[in-house]
Amino acid sequence: MAEEMNEPEILFGIYCPPHPHPLLCPEANEGYGKLRSAYDACRKRIEESEADLILIYSTTWPSIVGHQIQALENPVWTHVDDDFHYLGGMPYDFKIDVDFANGYASAAEKRGLHSRTVAYEGFPIDTGSVVALQLLNPDNRIPACIVSSNMYANRAETIVLGKAARDVLAEQGKKAIVVVVASLSNRMFTEHIDEVDDRIHSQKDDDWNRKILEFFAAGRLEDLSQLSRDIHGQIRVSKVVAYKPAWWMAATMGQHNNYAGEVLAYEALHGSGGAVITLTPTDGSFGDKEFDEDDVEFYHGDRDVLDKGML
Amino acid sequence: MMSKGEIVLGCLAPHPPHLVYADNPPQNEAYSEGGWETLRWGYARLARKLKNIDYDAIVIFTPHWQTYIGTHFLGLPEFKSKSVDPIFPNLFRFNYDLKVDVDLAEKMREAADEAGIITKMMTNPDFRVDYGTITSCHLLNPDWDKPIVTISSNRNTHYYSPEVMIEQAGALGRACAKAIEESGKRVVLVSSHSLSHRHFVTEAPLPEDMSLEHIYNHSQYVWDMKIIDLMRQGKSREVIDIMPEFTEQTIAETEGGGLIWMMAAMGHPDYSAEIYGYQSVIGTGNLIASWDPNDETREYVL
Repeated sequence: MAEEMNEPEILFGIYCPPHPHPLLCPEANEGYGKLRSAYDACRKRIEESEADLILIYSTTWPSIVGHQIQALENPVWTHVDDDFHYLGGMPYDFKIDVDFANGYASAAEKRGLHSRTVAYEGFPIDTGSVVALQLLNPDNRIPACIVSSNMYANRAETIVLGKAARDVLAEQGKKAIVVVVASLSNRMFTEHIDEVDDRIHSQKDDDWNRKILEFFAAGRLEDLSQLSRDIHGQIRVSKVVAYKPAWWMAATMGQHNNYAGEVLAYEALHGSGGAVITLTPTDGSFGDKEFDEDDVEFYHGDRDVLDKGML
Repeated sequence: MMSKGEIVLGCLAPHPPHLVYADNPPQNEAYSEGGWETLRWGYARLARKLKNIDYDAIVIFTPHWQTYIGTHFLGLPEFKSKSVDPIFPNLFRFNYDLKVDVDLAEKMREAADEAGIITKMMTNPDFRVDYGTITSCHLLNPDWDKPIVTISSNRNTHYYSPEVMIEQAGALGRACAKAIEESGKRVVLVSSHSLSHRHFVTEAPLPEDMSLEHIYNHSQYVWDMKIIDLMRQGKSREVIDIMPEFTEQTIAETEGGGLIWMMAAMGHPDYSAEIYGYQSVIGTGNLIASWDPNDETREYVL
């Protein structure tokens, strides 16, 4: 059915946190263990699926010069996190779908984005991608593709980037599992803590996280996409211009609320909100919102507002 | 009795990987036809000055080792690996082999800890040293014949505000100065960053095509010149005072805290900075400057 309509076939989506604790020290805190179990459950579902590709959007891979896509067929390294280096190194040996990476870069360019592949031995694959791929696909059973999160990109650019992913999935006829690597609230404690004492940084962060989880559980992905600016203002440390994961996830999976959502775990990771969530496309619909922001198809670049202001 | 240690020079040393790429050192895998000579020749001039200074170690503060949980220090005697720039991997794939002054690093960490700063030694042998450290250190000392200490950038600007960053980076600078004094060592401080930092988000087909290089916008240029003018006048405190606004207006890399740290460590110099060069790299504003506390060797360079 999906092929007949030239629509991509997305088996399900996963939203998961970038912190290395579930990979490196799941025993250090009961919550880390629950996140690890949730990752394991996702791994099993992936193994039982007929997926051809795991497509990852990682918020811990920032790019500046356009949108970068990993295209080295077999990246091998030992990654060490900048903050959590004391937890140990993360050796990896991944299998990348180079055809998809090249196709994604081309599809992004066709939609007006600046995009390029990176295929260099030793390129620093980010913590979030390493954690997700190690836990979700430890045997490289399914090839992966990793796309960066451009620091300056805002809503239009990010949505177009997601639509470009749909273009190439449909074109190559690949069945995909879509993975977004991102925290919910991302404020960590700024001091070292005993892992057993970990908790969400503030009540406000926890309240917002739980509200977001309600939306995820109800399958309201497009509603979350539309709430992204509120989420950014309320519970995101402003390291980048916007909270973008829900924009990309919705644009890639389909901009609607027809999903079966399942929150497998929600726990603190050094104060930030970490959740492992699955979204599976369904026929039903849920939601009570209508939207007035443009559903952009092509990225036209900056509008040169600053230059126009010179009188 | 051991003589007092001292800071013998402070350097503002930007780290666009383009400069190493343009120099074609054997450690870098990429090859270029040159480019950004104003900065590279300025670096060469400063490197020659350093060759004539007696010092034991370089201590560098880098915004590309970003830590959110306190300030971290490199804590193993040597690191050997390849650094690949995550933004410009086409330009910078540098095979490094460097030594660390662990004793000095530990003394600075202890002094910072005593000052109430959250700290951590980094002792994972697989840790990859950031490209900011490598670029600035290579251009200042291409022979790599001095040990270094890298200090991470604790992201207080993101987590709190530029004002909090100024307070904490200043406290760190004073703690490091105390540790250096007690160490008996002669140390060069390096603050590794650009000034204005809005990037172009596209890259020329030939990155070193200088016909396409210019500052991102005039506002950045004017702000950078304001900062440089204050440095020339020896008004380092005023530079720090206007830094929150400068950082906000030009998305400046000063947000990382390096210059604040170095100025505090040097007691906010009231003498002129030595200016070695200013040029844009992919739209960002880059200044090479140094502060020489020795009245007899301080120069008027540019």
